[in-house]
Amino acid sequence: MQLSREALIRAYRQMKTIRMFEERLHDEIALGEIAGFTHLYAGQEACAVGVCEHLDPTDYIISTHRGHGHCIAKGCDVIAMMKEIYGSSEGLCEGKSGSMHIADVGVGMLGANGIVGAGAPIAVGAGITAKSNGTVSICFSGDGACNQGTTFEAMNMAVVLKLPVIFVFENNHYSEHTGEAYAVGAESMTARSAAFGMKAIKANGIDFFDVYQAMGELIEYCKAGNGPASIELDCERFYGHFEGDPQRYRGDGELDRIREERDCLKTFRTKVTEAKLLEGAELDTVDSEVADLIDRAVAQSKTATRPTAEDVTTNVYISY
Amino acid sequence: MAVKMIRDVIRDTIDEEMARDDSVIMLGEDIVGGNGSAGGPEAIGGIWGTSGGLWAKYGPDRVIDTPISESAIIGAAAGAALTGKRAIAEIMFADFIGVCMDQIWNQVAKFRYMFGGKSKCPITIRMPYGGGYNAAPQHSQSIHQFVTAMPGLKVVMPSTPADTKGLLAAAIRDDDPVIFLEHKFLYAVKGEVPDGDFILPFGHARQVTQGDDITILATGMMVGMAEKAARTLAQDGIGCDLLDLRTTSPLDEEAILDSVERTGRLLTVDEAPPRCSFATDLSALVAQKAFASLRAPIEMVTPPHSPVPFARELEAAYLPSPEKIMAKAVQIMSYRRG
Ligand SMILES: Cc1ncc(C[n+]2csc(CCOP(=O)(O)OP(=O)(O)O)c2C)c(N)n1
Ligand SMILES: [Mg+2]
Repeated sequence: MQLSREALIRAYRQMKTIRMFEERLHDEIALGEIAGFTHLYAGQEACAVGVCEHLDPTDYIISTHRGHGHCIAKGCDVIAMMKEIYGSSEGLCEGKSGSMHIADVGVGMLGANGIVGAGAPIAVGAGITAKSNGTVSICFSGDGACNQGTTFEAMNMAVVLKLPVIFVFENNHYSEHTGEAYAVGAESMTARSAAFGMKAIKANGIDFFDVYQAMGELIEYCKAGNGPASIELDCERFYGHFEGDPQRYRGDGELDRIREERDCLKTFRTKVTEAKLLEGAELDTVDSEVADLIDRAVAQSKTATRPTAEDVTTNVYISY
Repeated sequence: MAVKMIRDVIRDTIDEEMARDDSVIMLGEDIVGGNGSAGGPEAIGGIWGTSGGLWAKYGPDRVIDTPISESAIIGAAAGAALTGKRAIAEIMFADFIGVCMDQIWNQVAKFRYMFGGKSKCPITIRMPYGGGYNAAPQHSQSIHQFVTAMPGLKVVMPSTPADTKGLLAAAIRDDDPVIFLEHKFLYAVKGEVPDGDFILPFGHARQVTQGDDITILATGMMVGMAEKAARTLAQDGIGCDLLDLRTTSPLDEEAILDSVERTGRLLTVDEAPPRCSFATDLSALVAQKAFASLRAPIEMVTPPHSPVPFARELEAAYLPSPEKIMAKAVQIMSYRRG
C-alpha cells in the first residue's frame, strides 16, 4: 500500500502527537498538577494511528481506559483534550470526564471507557448504524478486556448480524499487573476471534505500515458486507498500567529493552528515511511543531476556566 | 491491641480466617498480581494492598487470581459457596457491580429463599467504593443503596479499623451472602484493633458522640465527617447523637428510634445521590415510627442527583463535607413551627 509524502507526514505527526502528549502528562502528573487516574498510551501509537488513518469522521471508534491515543488519532481536539484532563470547564467534556472518559461523538469517537469490556457491545450498535451508512465501527480492546463476557457477546452478535465491526485487540501483554500468558486461556485472541466465526488476523503493532496495510484490507472486507473481523496487534506500553504503578511485574531490564528495541516511532523513522521516502529533517520539523502544540495545550490548560458548583448538575436532565 | 491501617486489618483478618478454616477461598483480579509475567506472582497483592502475602501462604488453589471477568468471579464464588467453600470475592471497584449484577441480585441473593432454605451461600463480596479521588463517574460511586434494597443480602460499611476486623470476620463466618463495602479513602486510616478472635455481630450501631439535640446517622466514610462536624457543633452548644450504623442491612432500628425519641431531630448523611437512597429510607423509617417525637423536619446531607464529576472543584462541590453537615444541623436547630 503506497502512501503519499503528505500521508506519511500526517501519520508521523499523529503518532508523535500522542507520544508527546503522554510524555508531557507523565511529567505534569509527577508535579501533582493533574487529578484522578491516568493510563498512558505511549508505546502503542502505531496501533491507534495505523487504524484511524483509514477512517473518516463518519466511521466510529470506541476506546478504553487507555484512550488518549485513540482520541488523538480519531481527530479529537488536542488542546480541548488536555483541558479536559486538567479538569477545566473548557475541556472536551466540560471537566466531567477527565482522562478516562474523553469522547467526541461529533468526530466519531464514542468515548474512552472506565469499564473494561464495556466498549464492545456499544461498537456493535455503532456497527448497525455503520452498516446502513456504508461506514465501519472499530472496537479497541486490550488483552485484558478480551476476557470479559461483554466482549464475547458482542463478537457473537456482530457475526450473527453480519455487521461491519472490527475488533482491534491491542495485545500489550498485560492487564494491569497480570500477564496475558496467565489470563487469556485461548492460544491467542486471534484464535478465539476466529472461533466466533469472523475473519481474524494478527499484525505487528510496533510497525505502523504493517497495521495500516492489514487494516486497509479488513476495512474493505467489512464494507463489502462480509460481517465483522478481528485483528490482534502485538505491542508494548512504555509506562505503568496507571501513573504511579511500581511495575514490579516487569522483568529485569524489560522496560529499557522494549523502549530501545520496540519503539514504533523509531521504527517508523528508520523505515521512511532508509527507503528515502522522507528526510530526517522533515521529521524533525514535525517534532518541533508537535512540541509547540503540546506546550500550548498545557499552558492554556493551566489558565483555562475552572468549573463551579453550579456545573455539577448540568446535563442530567433533572436534578435535585 | 495493635495499631493498624484498615488495609492491613483487612489482609490480616482474611489471613486469620483462612488459617482457621481450610474452606475459605479468595477470588479477584490482581489479588495476587504478576501471574504470567516475568516478575512472577505476588507482584502486587491486590491493587489496594489488601491481599499481599496470602498467595504465598495459601497457594493458588485458595488465593485465585482471575481474568477480568466480574460475572464469572461472583458466579464462581457463588458456585463454590453452594458446594462447601466459604468464598471471599473482590470486585476491584464497587462501580463494576454493574458487570456482575445478575450474579449478585438474581443468583446469590436468592438461593436460600428460592431453594426453600435448604442451601447455604457463605460468600463475602468485598467492594472498594466511594469518591474523593477525582476518579470520575465510573470509579467513584457509592452503591450501598442498591444492595441494601435487595432482599437476601447483608450489607456492611465499616468506618474504623477495629470495626473492620470484627465485621469482616463476622461476614466471612456468616452462612449467607454479605456485601462488604470498603471506602477507598479509609484504607490508610489507622487505629487500635483487638488481638485474637474478635467478632462484631451485624445490626448493632456504634454510638460515636452523645447529645440531646440532633440524631445524626452515618456509615463508612461519612462517619468521620459527621464526627468532625459533631465535635465542632458541641462547642457551639449543639449536642449531636451520632450513630455509626455499621450495617445497612440488618439495620439497628432500635438504636435509631431510641435516639430520635430523645433528640426529636434527624439528620442523615450519605454519599449516594438523594433519590430512593439509604438516606431517604432512614428518613421514612423515622417519619413512620417516631413521628410524634419529631420537632423539626428531617434533613439529609447527600450529593445532588448527578453522576460523580471529575474536576476537583466539581467533586468537592458534589460530596458531603463537615461544613455541609454543620450548616444543615444549624438549619435544623433554627426551625420554628409556623
Ligand atoms: C469491569 C472492570 N473491571 C476491572 C477494571 C480495572 N481495570 C482497569 S484497566 C484493567 C486492565 C485492562 O487490561 P487490558 O484490557 O489489557 O488494557 P490495557 O490496560 O493493557 O490497555 C483493569 C483490570 C475496570 N476498569 N473495569
Ligand atoms: Mg493489556
